[in-house]
Amino acid sequence: MDNEKNMNKVLDEVTSGEYKYGFFTDIETETAPKGLTEDTIRFISAKKNEPEWMLEYRLKAYKHWLKLEEPKWAHVKYPKINFEEIIFYAAPKKKKQLDSLDEVDPELLDTFNKLGISLDEQKMLAGVAVDAVIDSVSVKTTFQETLSKHGIIFCSISDAVQNHPDLVKKYLGSVVPHTDNYFAALNAAVFSDGSFCYIPKGVRCPIELSTYFRINAANTGQFERTLLIADDDSYVSYLEGCTAPQRDENQLHAAVVEIVALENAEVKYSTVQNWYPGNKEGKGGIYNFVTKRGACRGNSSKISWTQVETGSAVTWKYPSCLLLGDNSIGEFYSVAVTNNYQQADTGTKMIHIGKNTKSTIISKGISAGFSNNSYRGLVRVSKKAENSRNFSQCDSLLLGDKCGAHTFPYIKTANNSSIVEHEATTSKISEDQLFYCQQRGIDMEKAIGLIVNGYAKEVLNKLPMEFAVEAQKLLAITLEGSVG
Amino acid sequence: MLNKTENILQEHLLEYYKVNKNLLNESMLESVGNLRDEAFEYLKNNNLPTNKDEKWRSTNLEHLYSQTPGLDYKPTEYKKSLEEIFICEVHGFEAKRFSMLNGWYYSPENEKLKVFENGLIVGSIIEAQKQYPDLFNEHFNSVADYKTHGLTASNAALFKDGLFVYVPDNVVVEDTIQLIKMINKEDNMFINSRNLIILGKNSELSFLHCDDSINHSPSLLNTVTEFVVSENAHLRINKLQNLNDSTTLINSTFIKQHKNSSTKVNVITYNGGLIRNELFVDLVGEGADADLNGVYLMDKKQHIDNQVFVNHAVPNCTSSELFKGVLDDKASGVFNGYIFVARDAQHTMAFQQNNNILMSSDAKIDTQPFLEIYADDVKCSHGATVGQLDTEALFYMKQRGISHDDALLLLMFAFTAEVTSKINIEALRLSIEDMIKKRLRGELSICEKCVLHCSVPEYPMEFDIDMSKI
Repeated sequence: MDNEKNMNKVLDEVTSGEYKYGFFTDIETETAPKGLTEDTIRFISAKKNEPEWMLEYRLKAYKHWLKLEEPKWAHVKYPKINFEEIIFYAAPKKKKQLDSLDEVDPELLDTFNKLGISLDEQKMLAGVAVDAVIDSVSVKTTFQETLSKHGIIFCSISDAVQNHPDLVKKYLGSVVPHTDNYFAALNAAVFSDGSFCYIPKGVRCPIELSTYFRINAANTGQFERTLLIADDDSYVSYLEGCTAPQRDENQLHAAVVEIVALENAEVKYSTVQNWYPGNKEGKGGIYNFVTKRGACRGNSSKISWTQVETGSAVTWKYPSCLLLGDNSIGEFYSVAVTNNYQQADTGTKMIHIGKNTKSTIISKGISAGFSNNSYRGLVRVSKKAENSRNFSQCDSLLLGDKCGAHTFPYIKTANNSSIVEHEATTSKISEDQLFYCQQRGIDMEKAIGLIVNGYAKEVLNKLPMEFAVEAQKLLAITLEGSVG
Repeated sequence: MLNKTENILQEHLLEYYKVNKNLLNESMLESVGNLRDEAFEYLKNNNLPTNKDEKWRSTNLEHLYSQTPGLDYKPTEYKKSLEEIFICEVHGFEAKRFSMLNGWYYSPENEKLKVFENGLIVGSIIEAQKQYPDLFNEHFNSVADYKTHGLTASNAALFKDGLFVYVPDNVVVEDTIQLIKMINKEDNMFINSRNLIILGKNSELSFLHCDDSINHSPSLLNTVTEFVVSENAHLRINKLQNLNDSTTLINSTFIKQHKNSSTKVNVITYNGGLIRNELFVDLVGEGADADLNGVYLMDKKQHIDNQVFVNHAVPNCTSSELFKGVLDDKASGVFNGYIFVARDAQHTMAFQQNNNILMSSDAKIDTQPFLEIYADDVKCSHGATVGQLDTEALFYMKQRGISHDDALLLLMFAFTAEVTSKINIEALRLSIEDMIKKRLRGELSICEKCVLHCSVPEYPMEFDIDMSKI
């Protein structure tokens, strides 16, 4: 009994870890008026000095969005979003064109230093190029010169619209069309910035590319768009991180990520999502409604998603792979942790169309507090996808008796030469394992950390080094005091 | 999506109810009339299920919605005994046999409700509510929810007859109770029937439910069955479905289980145009156990949809689901398992497994094994696979002189045996296994019962395998 009490106490402590990135930076921002009309879109487009075709694309998306209804099928509950109250564009006021680091607003530099993301190339962790996006715009992309030597284009998507219109025109919306879903349509209409990356034929990107998103201004929505193209025989590993200040009201984040992998190309996309999750009573926090999709267009191409989801009040996110090319491979590794009143409905879609395509899904859900954590995934094997193979494993761990863990897999198979397997388990943390650790002098909290990390290891191992360390720490903080 | 105005069937049902309300309620209790009215209101405001409904995504009924099948079916006069109309393939075991013909309880006029020595009551639900209104009112509509979808609502509004079984407290029914449902109408009918089966405390019942069609005409069968399983009662249900290829069967079974009760269900589907089996199990008493199994063998353009919903409302219950299917030709299958563990339903053990074999490149399967869990001290797992027969096992057998076809049959048979081996009645199990063998050879079909007997092949039932070689 004592032991149980003690365990609950430790659980509470583990789950009550504070959000470290909740500060707000006072920088001058320029914003669009509240609400969404055609004028807002014209305003954003004009601000970014966009060509006519871009504005047309946005308006087309906006008109389609008006026809759509907010999706209700996800296992999450939140009050209806009032789009009239959202500021759709916010940007730190620019003094002039940024050419060197000295010209970046020192306040901004401070912000990123506080987040542990240095924009100073000398001080950077060796080998990571960063595109830093604050509120609606990209403020700085590092290592651009090194990359351009290899012919790699890595810049903000606004720059890409100006400087590489052909590539943008060809690929933008080709994986996630503006008609895809409610939030994708909204994003296509109002996206403010994001990263653009093109890896040319035969190039193996020598350093990790990374985007860091930060929401700063109040009452704003963040709508970034990432477009990543890996040409034939290329390779790139891409990281994404994000944080937001602590606020009582909810903020909307509706991003779109599109990946195109051509023949023999390989893309590894890793996310550590740490948006502000709301306070212990479930007040505030980010609504994270994201559409991420990769298309393996070429034969033998590969797209691998790895995500560590610890933040956000409500998450609605399904990084997917369209396996179009023969022998292409899709992978999805996910650890999703929910605590307090967080809600997550996340998973993946693997659409097998090419022959001999393979996909692997490993999803580890951990729920604590009053949270709800759902895995929702689709594996579709079309008639043409002969000899395809899928393996899915979705495990859920429940820490406490007030939370929920759910699994909603959809498996659709339409040919007789493919093999699809799905397995899932739900359980609480093993008392035997805890006892074993404690018996050997490891205290309860450390034991819990150890077991949870061991549970998530299969996924954490897939992260690049720098991220793996951060993710492990994050996992420990999010769960501080939560095992019972 | 069909607009309500485009849904001719729905309009047809509503219109029929408006006109025939008094006729339907003739000699029915007030409680039945009230339910009919509520269900009618629900049907007025809600569509019949379409692909837009999450639970009906993979089963399309819309081809039926442009039809106006007959609702005005009348009871058949009892002239021939059950044995004369229908020869059951399952024999060699003791059973009390009862039947429904074209949606009406089929028996001599004076035998509409039989009371046996031990207090067991079996008969027509119409007769039961007349003779035992209190018993009927206590349990009728206590398990099923007419709001489940438009078809359960139309069943509540329009049902005409059904089977009633009451097993009193402490009674163990020795013989299996077999319900044979037959359709031999020439024209297209929409038959709503409703069964109520009540097991008293500490009682035991083995129930065999057969859906058969005798001819080839299309019909739409919409059945709702309620089972009340009281404290410490034990229920076994075996369901056999062998219908013609143009029949649509919607079979909604609702089971409520009280403390320490157990239920074992086996659903065996050989044939049927479009079959949807919905199984809702409500575990409301601690220590209840539900063991739900199914086998489906479909070919041609047949469609099978098994929906299994288990609600763990209280702690210390166990449930297990095992559904296995073989799909050939252009057949399509759906499995949707749903385990719900309520808050504080601690020490729940729930397992779910669905395995499928696709025999042709045109066969399709959608499987959705869902878990929704709100308690932490539970053990829940699910698994689903879609694949082919084990090529190594096939090779092994062929290497030892077993022909390719025999080896395939043997493997498929072994695949289904995991479920059929759970059938408790020995003679029934042997008989079903035999039928599966026949079915896998493509011999068992609706033709067998056709009066013309134009194509009854006479192959040996046993596998012709020299076991010494293996």
